Amino acid sequence: MAVAQGAPPRGALLSIKIPRGRGAGLGLYVVRRILWLVPVLFFVITITFVLMHLAPGSPWDKEGKQLSAAVVRNLNAKYGLSDPVLVQYGRYLVNVVHFDFGLSYQYEDQPVSSLILRSWPPTATIGLLAFLMIVIFGIGIGVIAALRQNTWVDYLVVGFSTIGASTPAFVVGIILIIIFSVTLYRVTGGNFSLPTGGFAFDQHLIMPVVTLSVLPIAFIARLTRASTLEVLRQDYVRTAWAKGLRERLVVTKHVLKNSLIPVVSALGPTFAVLITGSVIVESVFAIPGIGRAFVVAVSSRDYPMILATTILFSVIVALANLVVDLLYTVIDPRVRLG
Amino acid sequence: MAAAAVSLEQIDWENPEQIGLWQDAWLRFRRNPIAVGGLVFVILLALDALFAPLLVNFHVIADPLKQNPADSYAGPSLQHLLGTDYLGRDLLSRTMFGARISLTIGLTVQAIYLVVGGTIGLIAGYFGGRTDNLLMRFVDIWYAFPDLLFILVVVSVFQPSLFVIFGAIGLIGWVDLSRLIRGQVLSLKEKEFVEGARAAGSGPSKIILRHLLPNTLGPIIVSLTFGIPRAIFLEATLSYLGVGIPPPTPSWGIMISDGNQAIFAYPHQVLVPALALAVTMLSFSFIGDGLRDAIDPRMRR
Repeated sequence: MAVAQGAPPRGALLSIKIPRGRGAGLGLYVVRRILWLVPVLFFVITITFVLMHLAPGSPWDKEGKQLSAAVVRNLNAKYGLSDPVLVQYGRYLVNVVHFDFGLSYQYEDQPVSSLILRSWPPTATIGLLAFLMIVIFGIGIGVIAALRQNTWVDYLVVGFSTIGASTPAFVVGIILIIIFSVTLYRVTGGNFSLPTGGFAFDQHLIMPVVTLSVLPIAFIARLTRASTLEVLRQDYVRTAWAKGLRERLVVTKHVLKNSLIPVVSALGPTFAVLITGSVIVESVFAIPGIGRAFVVAVSSRDYPMILATTILFSVIVALANLVVDLLYTVIDPRVRLG
Repeated sequence: MAAAAVSLEQIDWENPEQIGLWQDAWLRFRRNPIAVGGLVFVILLALDALFAPLLVNFHVIADPLKQNPADSYAGPSLQHLLGTDYLGRDLLSRTMFGARISLTIGLTVQAIYLVVGGTIGLIAGYFGGRTDNLLMRFVDIWYAFPDLLFILVVVSVFQPSLFVIFGAIGLIGWVDLSRLIRGQVLSLKEKEFVEGARAAGSGPSKIILRHLLPNTLGPIIVSLTFGIPRAIFLEATLSYLGVGIPPPTPSWGIMISDGNQAIFAYPHQVLVPALALAVTMLSFSFIGDGLRDAIDPRMRR
């Protein structure tokens, strides 16, 4: 198999044993995959819920601030925490089905859903730009390295992808800040430097997007290079060369079509990496996005916010995997889903 | 290193098994300078982690916890080779002690992966059928939980301590290993030697532990080697986000986060622990790459 290590085994979800009729087509497959979300979310909610109620103390325990028993009783009543755990759990499940995620603990009276909607744009913008970078540069430099195997270009790409794949995102972010904010500020006498934090649709985006995409680019480049090298050795590619086809045609028509198959299957898990990354990148660059909101919720034990963010992230990862699997059938007609 | 590692005369032809799988792998590993470089660095790091407290006792390096607010952000000097941090603590000593946390996390978490992932993978692969189906569905669902989120939730619920962080990282990451082992066992259990063991009257637990597990050891070791830098990364991330190992224990993640406060004035405060972290992770991946090529040359890319 050309699929490199590190790429989580795809197709694990495809093997759900459900009798397949002859007419079972793509539509049914999509429906089944979306239905699969139900047990996944159920599990995610249950685990998170159980963990929270295993926790010693209550969410109102704040350092240095001792609330009176009456206040705690009122808070518990307001947030429905005085009911038995099972009742709370059942009520939460019912509410989630109605897209009601409850009120935030830390920002009193604010529905969690509006907090999430407010912090959605920065996360989505940076995530999508990073994804674009990953597809363009990851595949691009991977293919170039394979076509120029054992030249300095190849060594450069291999070196970059080895180092990039094992440098934590926050280290990348900090090194970028040192270079493009600190050093550039000094060198230009304070005239030009990249902003170290905040969010806006301008140069604020540069460093977060680069930070978020370095590791996946490294990973995808490595994978692309390996699978392209494998395809380049195939007989039909030699035949294509022998026919006298121009390089561009050989590469696009014969090589890429096949070498990109394992790469596309790795793009789904890449979304999970981007989600994890958003938590880190938004903390490094003080971006008011969902990842940052999650970290704040975690440190202030804002359970409704934690639950809702976890659900949202799990849905995004699952949907991204579904889209990738569908895309898979487009570039590799041999794959039959369902 | 073109010279063959073993000349023909050295091979004992009467007992050909003398070059077993592991000697063979070691011979190949030795010929990979990058992997050996990674191994040397990791060995030095392990020695550092073991003997750092001793070095403090003998006054070779400063006490990593000793604060001296009057001397904060001091530049490099004979007393503090890399200077001091915002509380006047010795940066070199803190970096050297940071290796203790990282290596402990890296290794302990692999032990948890091995126990949980190994058990589930072996059982699913060996018994197959409905057991396999059920366990693998469970693994699929577990896999859908984004790992950093799970860890952060656990750490938020139980206050962060070394033990909680071990558990949180260990309980989410075993999925890949269980899939790997299951796949290996599925193909191995059809082999004749397993049939032979069964015919000789061995029970399932004996077959699993004596025959199946040792034969899957190569890929498992490779997978665990790659798991170490991942666990180190997760701990550093937690510490960086402020929900990791509680202070004042020196951890590279905390040091990076502390140094970040003064990044404009003293960038080296961040660079030193960041480099330590990156080089450590890189070394483990080099070892992993080398081991993979050495143990199974067919996997070479």
